[in-house]
Amino acid sequence: MPKKVSEMEEGFVMTTPRSSMQTKTGSWRAFKPVIDYSKCISCAICWSYCPEPAIFLKDGKYTVDYEYCKGCGICAAECPVKAITMVRESD
Amino acid sequence: MKTILLSGNTALSYAVKQLAVDVISAYPITPQTTMVEKLSEYVANGELDAEFIPVESEHSALSSVLAASAAGARVFTSTSSQGLLLMHEIMFITAGLRLPVVMGIADRAISAPINIWNDHSDIMAQRDTGWISIFAESAQESYDRTIQAYRIAEDENVHLPVNLNFDGFILTHTYEPVTPIDDELVLKYAPKKRRKLVLDPNNPMTFGGLGSPEYYFEAKYQAIKALENSMETIIEADKEYKKISGRGYGLYNAYMTEDSDTVLVSLGSIGGSVREIVRRMRRDGLKVGSLSLKLFRPFPAKELAEVLSKTKCVVVLDKASSPGAIGGPLFLEIQATLKSFDVNVPVIDIIAGLGGREIGPEDIRVMLNKGLKVASEKKVDKLLDYVGVYL
Repeated sequence: MPKKVSEMEEGFVMTTPRSSMQTKTGSWRAFKPVIDYSKCISCAICWSYCPEPAIFLKDGKYTVDYEYCKGCGICAAECPVKAITMVRESD
Repeated sequence: MKTILLSGNTALSYAVKQLAVDVISAYPITPQTTMVEKLSEYVANGELDAEFIPVESEHSALSSVLAASAAGARVFTSTSSQGLLLMHEIMFITAGLRLPVVMGIADRAISAPINIWNDHSDIMAQRDTGWISIFAESAQESYDRTIQAYRIAEDENVHLPVNLNFDGFILTHTYEPVTPIDDELVLKYAPKKRRKLVLDPNNPMTFGGLGSPEYYFEAKYQAIKALENSMETIIEADKEYKKISGRGYGLYNAYMTEDSDTVLVSLGSIGGSVREIVRRMRRDGLKVGSLSLKLFRPFPAKELAEVLSKTKCVVVLDKASSPGAIGGPLFLEIQATLKSFDVNVPVIDIIAGLGGREIGPEDIRVMLNKGLKVASEKKVDKLLDYVGVYL
């Protein structure tokens, strides 16, 4: 349901930040990054390059948050040890 | 305060200094350069306590002041011609975010061919960006309108950007006696007002977020209505300014429009010349008049329909073109206004003065005579004509 003009802040300013968290962009993905932890050296390059950001350090491992990952593939392209593979979603 | 000799550019800079602007960002371009020079001098010698951000382009200049304005600063930028075109994208954003940015525009032609002289092609290309658009006729008016602009832009019922148009070289570089008002009076008339919504690390907000189809239309509607509703504040600001300075300009300057057979409608510095020719032609018994429009956006349609309903032919002087249209941008506006308000007066358009082509007294006579001819014959032969072009 759209917000009415009268309910909107001037200039469409959003006074409650983090509203983008409500948009789960994972469904946009055609290819999914899969990390091979036998190759991963935990260099954090994927974490720093992820534009979303949808890669987090979880229990000592860099982990992809598939709820938000759009599958852009930058992490796979930047990984220096080729530990990330882009796998077609339907496969 | 005593009268001093200032050019259009330095008159504007002087007003900006008195308004105690916090952030200035601009990129020099002829014929606006001396304005930026003067402002950077004021900042460098300590006369103005402001942040002057030197940038690599006009796109960055407007982006910088936009951001500073979002953080609550009083800001100023200025440009001309190609520089204004480079700002085009950010102009929409400034209005959409409802930021009270004030910009001086030294109106100049657009390439090609490259040309640094005056016409209104640059500002007319910004028509739909959502800014308040004011035109000045003299250096004094440029000064006065700059002070008014801040009061209008920062008014809580407005919160919109304002551009001040003054003709390149004709006003920017001509020195005229200008009587400023006292510094304290300037800030009393146009005090800095802090908006409720500002960028603040302690209270984070999102400016310029995504407006998906569920939200965009309402956000846009809000900015459109704000521009429409700004009319009242613009009129009020002018009236209040007159009380403290003795000078007010209104929405237009109508001269000899009552009991006239034709009225020449113009924008900007040419207004004074038109009035002089009207005065001379009236002496010869010809019933001509002049209307110099001061406000282009919001367009004072109702007011113009009323004053122009009293004549028999309206001649519009466009210092810009809209190639492929039936006339220039001002003509289209006036024609639509009169038809919409059921004013059955014929309107003809004259395009003149492009790229700094001089509009002399004889040219103005030619324009007014075209209007007289339509008024007496009661028919329009040519809707659009060009004066001063060698065919």
